[in-house]
Amino acid sequence: MDQFLQLIVAGLATGAIYALAAIGFTLVWQTSQTINFAQGEFVMLPAILVLTAAHVGLPMWLAFIVGSAAFILLFGFGFKRFLVEPMQRHGVLPLAIATMALSVLIKEAAKNGFSAEAQHFPSLVPDGSVSFLGAAVSARDIAIFVVAVAAILGLQAFITRTRTGRTMQATAQNPTVARILGVPVERMILLTFLINAALALIASYLISPVYLAKFSNGETIGLAAFIAAIVGGFNQIRGALAGGFLIGLIDNLAAAYVSSAYRAAVPLVVLVVVILVKPEGLLGRKEERTV
Amino acid sequence: MSLKLNTDLLIILIAFPILWFAPAGLKSYGLYVVSLWLVMSIAAMGLNLTLGYAGLTSLAQGAFLGIGAYATAILTVKAGWPLPAAFLVSTGLSFLVGVVLGFPALRVKHHYLAFVTLAFSVVVFLIARNEQWLTGGVFGLANIPRPTLFGTDLGGGLAFYRVVLVVTLALTLVMWWLLHSPWGRAFQAIRENGTRAASLGVDIRAYTLLAFAIGSAFGGAAGALYAPLVEFIDPSPFALSASFVLLLTVVAGGAGSFFGPFVGAFFSYMLPELLRATGGWYLIIYAAVVLVLVMVSPTGLLGLIDRWRDHQSQRKAAAIRAAARPTLANGAETNPKEQGAAS
Repeated sequence: MDQFLQLIVAGLATGAIYALAAIGFTLVWQTSQTINFAQGEFVMLPAILVLTAAHVGLPMWLAFIVGSAAFILLFGFGFKRFLVEPMQRHGVLPLAIATMALSVLIKEAAKNGFSAEAQHFPSLVPDGSVSFLGAAVSARDIAIFVVAVAAILGLQAFITRTRTGRTMQATAQNPTVARILGVPVERMILLTFLINAALALIASYLISPVYLAKFSNGETIGLAAFIAAIVGGFNQIRGALAGGFLIGLIDNLAAAYVSSAYRAAVPLVVLVVVILVKPEGLLGRKEERTV
Repeated sequence: MSLKLNTDLLIILIAFPILWFAPAGLKSYGLYVVSLWLVMSIAAMGLNLTLGYAGLTSLAQGAFLGIGAYATAILTVKAGWPLPAAFLVSTGLSFLVGVVLGFPALRVKHHYLAFVTLAFSVVVFLIARNEQWLTGGVFGLANIPRPTLFGTDLGGGLAFYRVVLVVTLALTLVMWWLLHSPWGRAFQAIRENGTRAASLGVDIRAYTLLAFAIGSAFGGAAGALYAPLVEFIDPSPFALSASFVLLLTVVAGGAGSFFGPFVGAFFSYMLPELLRATGGWYLIIYAAVVLVLVMVSPTGLLGLIDRWRDHQSQRKAAAIRAAARPTLANGAETNPKEQGAAS
């Protein structure tokens, strides 16, 4: 029972990270039909940028600011402006392929420009465990969960409570009508890319102390984020949220109870079943173009 | 059936003797690189059928390369089969697995299909890594034999390269025949407009499965040549990134163009070897070039040439039009109503 509870908490913590990446993924998909195959690399990179800035000699707090700013500028604004915008008229597939090339590019650049070895990343929360319902669970897991959920709730509040957020939602649901109603559609799309970058940034700072900062981290996280987004529903934020937690839990439970060698296969089996049985995702709306 | 001598066949006929003799002076590493180019061209040719002609996004070609390579390695090393038999069985096995994987393609398309095939790739990789009794796990399988013909050893670098070349020629001709047969037309019809193809009596289910299975069989055949080429296999060359690179290869060469896979494979597998002098940076250069290429010309390198040719012929046509303008202008003036309707 103790082990089970620990696994649940760990699963919710990883799930929260996956949810952050998956929500950003669905946001850019909704507003600009971008399937970002580099999403995992987006989560890997900010930590590397911070460490690079620190390596140059900046104090840690300044490195965090410089790394974050550089990341948001390059992969929020730059990604939208210089990759997605020119590619969009060619359709979904060429853009998706461009993001695949981008993912290889980021990964190899991180490997050669920074380090091929896993690097220690400073944790914002002290290591240790706390007692929870009689079981010792990792304090870091709880912190990850709390921070990620707070970020998601903040985003949700922004989208539903503020005028800008609602306009952004309108853009996501129907860009044409939004444009007719006077919504600055381009600015709203840019905003979703900035939010995507910010979510990736948070996920990166949360996960890197645990997994260590390494160029190949994006592979696992990216895969999990796709699966979470599709399983939950490609066109729903709450779908991506639910999918993230589900995949996080399945991932951790499968490693313990099914087979550690095949832990990566279990979420994939779930993915294939969902795609074949309910392609719009567990919480998704039906979209004509999906089938 | 009369074979009309078209440009594609002509290029094949000219290229074959050149490729037969040209690498004779190369050292073993050079021969390995050219052989690798041909092997990967076969795999890319299969994916080009699935993606370029039938329009099905597959991220599983690397996995089929692996299935072919492992089947060949297991049959020759563990069961002691001769290589040609192992080659045929590996290709057939990939075809069958391709049929099974094709079933999801009947239900979902585009990026959803990409994700199903992506899942398949990861599972194949995990099996290759974990089932040590069969695949040797991370330690891999060594001493994969090269072929002999009537007692003649074809295992030398040049001899084996020529074996690969002959198989490539045969498969290229099969692909050419396939694309010019009613099947090939049907694949393209499904890509362009599935509903219309169905209304014209094309059995979409059967052709989608076939496109997938034949594309996979080419992947398996490439794997069956890859194993004796490298003589030692482990799971790492068949990871998900292999499927990504193969997809980029097809797109970079020009999806849906006949020689696109050869151009793309040159770009993806030979160029990196030439750029090895740059240390670890060659993959960065490669990815950056692909990125720019996809942005400039989503139809690939050969698409770039096509566009240039279109541009030239447009200029030529414009020149002809300019020369013929006086008569045209007269015609337009005499019939102003038609001009209004046209604009």
